[in-house]
Amino acid sequence: MRYLLRRLGFYLITAWAAITINFLIPRLMPGDPVDLMVARMNGQIDPDAIESMKKSFGLTGGSIWSQYWDYLGNLLHGELGRSITFYPTHVSSVIGGALPWTIGLVGIATIISYLIGTSLGVVAAWRRGTWLDSILPTTTFLQAVPYFWVALALVMVFGVSLSWLPVSGAYSLDVTTGFNGPFVASVLYHAILPAITIVVASIADRVMGMRNVMVTTLGEDYVTMAEAKGLTSRRVMWRYAARNAVLPNITSFSLSLGFVVGGSVLTEIVFSYPGIGSVLLKAVENEDFPLMQGIFLIISLAVLAANLLADIAYVALDPRTRQEA
Amino acid sequence: MRGILRSPKIVAGLLILAFFVVLAVLGPLLVGADPTKTSGAGLAGPSAAHWLGTTQSGQDVLAQVVYGARISMGVGVLSALIATALSIVVGLVGGYVGGVVDEVLSLITNIFLVLPALPLVIVLAGYLPSRGVMSVAAVIAVTGWAWGARVLRAQTLTLRGRDYVQAAKAGGERAWRIVFAEILPVEFPVIATSFLATVLAAILAEAGLSFLGLANLSTVSWGTMLYFAQNNQALLVGAWWWFIPPGLCIALIGAGLGLLNFGIDEIANPRLRTVLPKRARRARRAEVTS
Repeated sequence: MRYLLRRLGFYLITAWAAITINFLIPRLMPGDPVDLMVARMNGQIDPDAIESMKKSFGLTGGSIWSQYWDYLGNLLHGELGRSITFYPTHVSSVIGGALPWTIGLVGIATIISYLIGTSLGVVAAWRRGTWLDSILPTTTFLQAVPYFWVALALVMVFGVSLSWLPVSGAYSLDVTTGFNGPFVASVLYHAILPAITIVVASIADRVMGMRNVMVTTLGEDYVTMAEAKGLTSRRVMWRYAARNAVLPNITSFSLSLGFVVGGSVLTEIVFSYPGIGSVLLKAVENEDFPLMQGIFLIISLAVLAANLLADIAYVALDPRTRQEA
Repeated sequence: MRGILRSPKIVAGLLILAFFVVLAVLGPLLVGADPTKTSGAGLAGPSAAHWLGTTQSGQDVLAQVVYGARISMGVGVLSALIATALSIVVGLVGGYVGGVVDEVLSLITNIFLVLPALPLVIVLAGYLPSRGVMSVAAVIAVTGWAWGARVLRAQTLTLRGRDYVQAAKAGGERAWRIVFAEILPVEFPVIATSFLATVLAAILAEAGLSFLGLANLSTVSWGTMLYFAQNNQALLVGAWWWFIPPGLCIALIGAGLGLLNFGIDEIANPRLRTVLPKRARRARRAEVTS
């Protein structure tokens, strides 16, 4: 329990840090966002508009401390300002519309990648010294492949050359949205290529992480003991070794979530998938600073929440962490 | 040294990296042509005149790949240098000094470790008034130092109690001298591995930023090549020669760096070695069952 409370405290501090970084970026970077926009519009913008924009950024109104308090107060009410791109929609509703797509896609792809990658890692460690070791150079290659490049290659092969799968959007435009058979089928159909991209680009980390912990676990006495008892290899491999080796992997899994989310930003853009990543690019292209920062904040908080869940799972699965506390 | 060169992983990794370094340094002399020079033959497939074909506006893809190596690898190495310097300072100072300083530095490190790097880089780049090589490298470095700092802190903690450090302390050496002259050199292998990993992360981050159009689009890098390929519908017209080479180069460099790291890890931790264990296991099993 103390372990969990400590982690919870850490995530609270990190969330505060993310919020504060978000507050500071526009104030620390050279030139404020409004000046930047004015400069890019060649000064063709009237002073009243500039003043109202500054107000909407919270860049006016007294000392930096009072600005900070106003900003925190607004956040507490879920007020992230208004998007410039989708004016006058609130940033929070723009994000709310995009978030389910990203969570669905990244979530499912990450689970698939974890299941396949971990199993491959177990087998690779068990069969060390066989042809399976050739998995090593393959994984190093896969670890280094840019996500969006995998996406481009898949679009080329399965979308354009073979025309098997759709290459953009999240669902076909000729189905009625809502919870009905054709729509769900269309959503799944459109998710295949982006999901494969995320799995291909993130699976190598899972394989290597699991393999290395598993190799160490295989050297433990209780594994030797299990073998000596004459248990079948399959039982020793999965019930004795893998079951214990998977625990540290949960932590590394939660850390890598941040990278998966970052990588999926690029993946979404290749597939014009209507998630957070595509909105982020639109925001950056239109210099929609409130939207940009709102997205960064939401992504950070989502990653933190996922990490906290992983920590809870860890404590639930590993009795040793409970005893220590 | 001979032990290092006996590892096939290290040799393969070094060869791959050497190839790309030579490509970046000498390549432009061989290719000659200006990578942005246009010609009438747009979107032509690979031929004797253009080994890797041409782009939409008839630029030579091979020339772009060769010139792009300079920017991509340059930004990668530059950001990794900045990030590594940061991680050395934070990791060594925190690990050696301990106490409140360490608590604070570790907290900052852990925060940067959890925050998603690429979205942060995108937001920072969105605010950059100019997107030159230096500023892009700096932005990438800001998000890329935490892992190295964490590893170095752990190393420093174990070194802090060693006899020779205690002796230097008792001899009245100044703290900064102990940290940088006594502890730092011993950690060189760890610094090298984390540096190599950071170079790859930085190359990938630069490619991602350029692909989004957030780096300097007037210079040729592997990332900007992919940006222009994507925006000019290279995929729809099947111009694979335009976007396959830059991504492949990134993945190959990454594989080279990864192999090198594996090789170093295996020397440091023999348990991870890939050869032998089958025989070892069989021998052990025989021992156990007999």
